[in-house]
Amino acid sequence: MDGQTIIARRVARELHTGDLVNLGIGIPTLVANHVPPELKVFFQSENGLIGTGPIPEQGMAHPLLTDAGGRPISALPGACTFDSAMSFGLIRGGHVDVTVLGGLQVDAHGHLANWMIPGKMVPGMGGAMDLVSGAKRVIVAMQHAAKGKSKIVAKCTLPLTSTRPVSMVVTDMAVIAFPEGRATLLETAPGVSIAEVVAVTEAELVIPDTVSEMKL
Amino acid sequence: MRAVSVEEAVAMIPAGASIMVGGFMGVGTPERLLDEVVRQSKSRLSLISNDAAVPGKGVGKLFDATLVSRLTASHIGLNPKVQQQMLANQIAVDLVPQGTFVERIRAGGCGLGGVLTPTGVGTSVAEGKRQIEVNGTTFLLETALRAQFALVHAFLADYLGNLTYALTARNFNPVMAMAADTVIVTAEHIVPVGVIAPDHVVTPAPLVDYLITNG
Repeated sequence: MDGQTIIARRVARELHTGDLVNLGIGIPTLVANHVPPELKVFFQSENGLIGTGPIPEQGMAHPLLTDAGGRPISALPGACTFDSAMSFGLIRGGHVDVTVLGGLQVDAHGHLANWMIPGKMVPGMGGAMDLVSGAKRVIVAMQHAAKGKSKIVAKCTLPLTSTRPVSMVVTDMAVIAFPEGRATLLETAPGVSIAEVVAVTEAELVIPDTVSEMKL
Repeated sequence: MRAVSVEEAVAMIPAGASIMVGGFMGVGTPERLLDEVVRQSKSRLSLISNDAAVPGKGVGKLFDATLVSRLTASHIGLNPKVQQQMLANQIAVDLVPQGTFVERIRAGGCGLGGVLTPTGVGTSVAEGKRQIEVNGTTFLLETALRAQFALVHAFLADYLGNLTYALTARNFNPVMAMAADTVIVTAEHIVPVGVIAPDHVVTPAPLVDYLITNG
């Protein structure tokens, strides 16, 4: 199983029937493919839709039904549409149960940086800052390291998305949460040892007595 | 509401005007109005739009023609031309979190001076802004946003100017239709009064100043 699939499958286990869920772009989008059919989750697209469905069949796309990246999507039975004030009222107002976002860095206290690299990439924050400020649970889905460098850092060097700590980080190697404001290793990916996780993590990790293996 | 041609409507917009344009990545954008803005070469525009779409689509056309001098948006990452023009200091870009962006416009349209939001506290977005504590929580004071013109795209417009929108093309359109001195609308279909049931009207007719007639 490749890293992205491990991440997406593990994040999918965090979702419950009835949850309103917002998925960011990149790895988070893959989570929808790993939600078991018996789990009835509402997916929100922040451009104004609850009940997003799969990419339509060839030739069946509607030009006025798209995801937040402007790509054609479908709507499931029971879907509803609304304007952007409602969409962000849902997000900031604590009505979204779970948001899954990509990350550039998460630090030892759970702070996320995911919207710009000064001088290199200035795309704008879009909805990320509102999602981290307002969703009930914020899960970061990202690779543990990029180009050999840990993305779980002691302190974020990139501009923060929010000062509110995220709830959980799921990587291809580990599940990390932030009880009492400290990065704590909860689970390791199959075949990955605690020592291997610690070796590639810049942030100091709290290692509890029991660290379980990710159930996928 | 007055029904006018697209040429006549755009002729009312002076160079250097502030314009709000509905749409999200070019979906729900009044393309006919933007094509005419480009044809009449309205320059030095101060544009308020959620994103910069992509070259050749939606507000992206305004950047292709280098008509924008100032942009307020939440995301420009999918239009490399805007990034280039920003790095070359040809346009000033004010990046605003998307929820803050829409609430500032909503405030502008509803007679409010601004809104208090937790979004952006402690980040670079907070720089230069007042922070206000309410019941132990810190909020940023984000001021209201209005424009001289709102360019709105609806799905149905009736002969009076009542509007309804389709699917994800609604996005910022009804909010912007409240927040400009002059509101100009294109619609996919112009229909008799009564086709849109009272309960289904999203933007009431008195908000619409000009409806663009069919070509």
